[in-house]
Amino acid sequence: MKVNRFSQLSASVLANAIYAMKNFPVMLVNTILAPFGLLIVIFFVSHGTLLNVGILGGFILVMVSNGISIQGDLTHLKNDMKLQDMLVSSPVSPAMYIAGIALSELVFSIPDLLVLSILAVIFIHLSAVAALTLAAVMLLTFMFSISLGFFISTISRDVIEGWAFMGLISMVLSTLPPVYYPLTYIPLPFRYIAYLSPTTFSAAIAQNSIGFVNFSSSFIIISWVVLIAVSTSLIVFAVKRSRWREE
Amino acid sequence: MVKFTISNLSKRYDDKNGKKLTALKNVSLNLDVHGIFTLIGRNGAGKTTFIRILSTELSPSSGNVYIDGVDVVKNPKEIRNNIAVIPQEAQLIPWMTARENIYAYLLWRGFNFKEAKEKTNAIIARFKLEKYADKLPRKLSGGTKRKVLVALVISSNAKIIFLDEPTTGLDPISRRELWNILNELKEEHIVILTTHYLEEAEELSDYIAILNKGKLVKIGTINTIRDEIGYPYAIKIFGGFDNKTKLHGKVVKKSDGTLQVFSDEKSANNLAKKLIKKRIKFSINPTSLEDIFYMLAGDINGGENESE
Repeated sequence: MKVNRFSQLSASVLANAIYAMKNFPVMLVNTILAPFGLLIVIFFVSHGTLLNVGILGGFILVMVSNGISIQGDLTHLKNDMKLQDMLVSSPVSPAMYIAGIALSELVFSIPDLLVLSILAVIFIHLSAVAALTLAAVMLLTFMFSISLGFFISTISRDVIEGWAFMGLISMVLSTLPPVYYPLTYIPLPFRYIAYLSPTTFSAAIAQNSIGFVNFSSSFIIISWVVLIAVSTSLIVFAVKRSRWREE
Repeated sequence: MVKFTISNLSKRYDDKNGKKLTALKNVSLNLDVHGIFTLIGRNGAGKTTFIRILSTELSPSSGNVYIDGVDVVKNPKEIRNNIAVIPQEAQLIPWMTARENIYAYLLWRGFNFKEAKEKTNAIIARFKLEKYADKLPRKLSGGTKRKVLVALVISSNAKIIFLDEPTTGLDPISRRELWNILNELKEEHIVILTTHYLEEAEELSDYIAILNKGKLVKIGTINTIRDEIGYPYAIKIFGGFDNKTKLHGKVVKKSDGTLQVFSDEKSANNLAKKLIKKRIKFSINPTSLEDIFYMLAGDINGGENESE
């Protein structure tokens, strides 16, 4: 039998995103509302002045939270459904399975991205260059979040432990760092702590691209380098950690 | 027919304290299997480890496994088109209907969309699951869920199906239904089964392997195992038996006061004649798998009295 790789990729997207949204639409509502809670708070607290930055922060948070979600999904499917055990003894490869699940997380973020895109068109008036910059930042943010989520799924022994990791990482990567507000709002000694989160650099590039904050060119170059380096190293690490057949 | 050639298969684990645990110890077998091959053994005997190594889920610590000449330890990909497994405690994905579960599994196995859809519809019809196909798993009974899981692996056209304790937790009726399905399957597939239910193994199996503490203690058909044990007959004596009569074979005194004598054909025949003469009630049957299992892998209940 000739194995159809596209079918294998689609199976993960169908199972982990499309069927979940179709059979449990409440999940969709929950997903859509997640990035807007913080956006609304930021909007009111800043009297609307940080709306632009908040919308960009929403894009980054969606990438982080949906990327990290791979951890909970993989652990749940593996430990509770024994799906991974079933698939190991089948023609699907680990790379195809993981890629499909990663894609499903991206599909899950489409409703959020649509709403945020409408807000961005209305309130930010993104230029083509800024839109492309934002897309590249989102892609890199998604890639390191997915890799991090996958890595955690290989070390967490059950879903409960995984959820705890997920909440912690989500807070460390998207709520605390200057994602919904500019980096310059943090007083300097504490700014170094913010540099520990790669999302600080994602947000800095995005905020710079719309001209809300003007960082130096060298800082923007460093931010790109950090994002690319973090994404690449986490992907390599995740690939090395991936175990299909147990030892 | 599928040829299984296994030599010196061992699996050692590290437990939480870093202590080495041995799940399988030098298991070797060479068997041409058709129909249903059942592994029985107590909890922790190594059944699941054995099945997980054969189905390429787990690497052994040492040893070789060949299925139809394919080295499944070194080249697992070569066999994966031909095998499908339902692990112990496997569940349907709860947010997908039975039909969606089957369809997604077939896509994962690499069938194109059209083939997967046709195969899903065909297996639903074959397993008479139309009524349940579009329901979520939470609305299905335990037996139906298990039936859907079996349907799912069968639809893949895999020649060898591994089922790890597929009937555990099912009520007797659902269990019988699944037995009927498995009996039908053995016409087209090789089924490798593990079970705790000895009557299930006896009813379904073409070959049986008994594992005890990681070691393969017996393998063959139920009849060859009976012969090899040397006690093909079991005589149950219900009372009124005098201790003067010499008994040949393995004698077990049960807690209800009955005596059970396992013996060869000649001794069984002689004993039966004596019991008839003395008008003592008894029954004589082929030694059951349960009896054999207890002899090889279990501790016989209190009151055991053994003489040769």
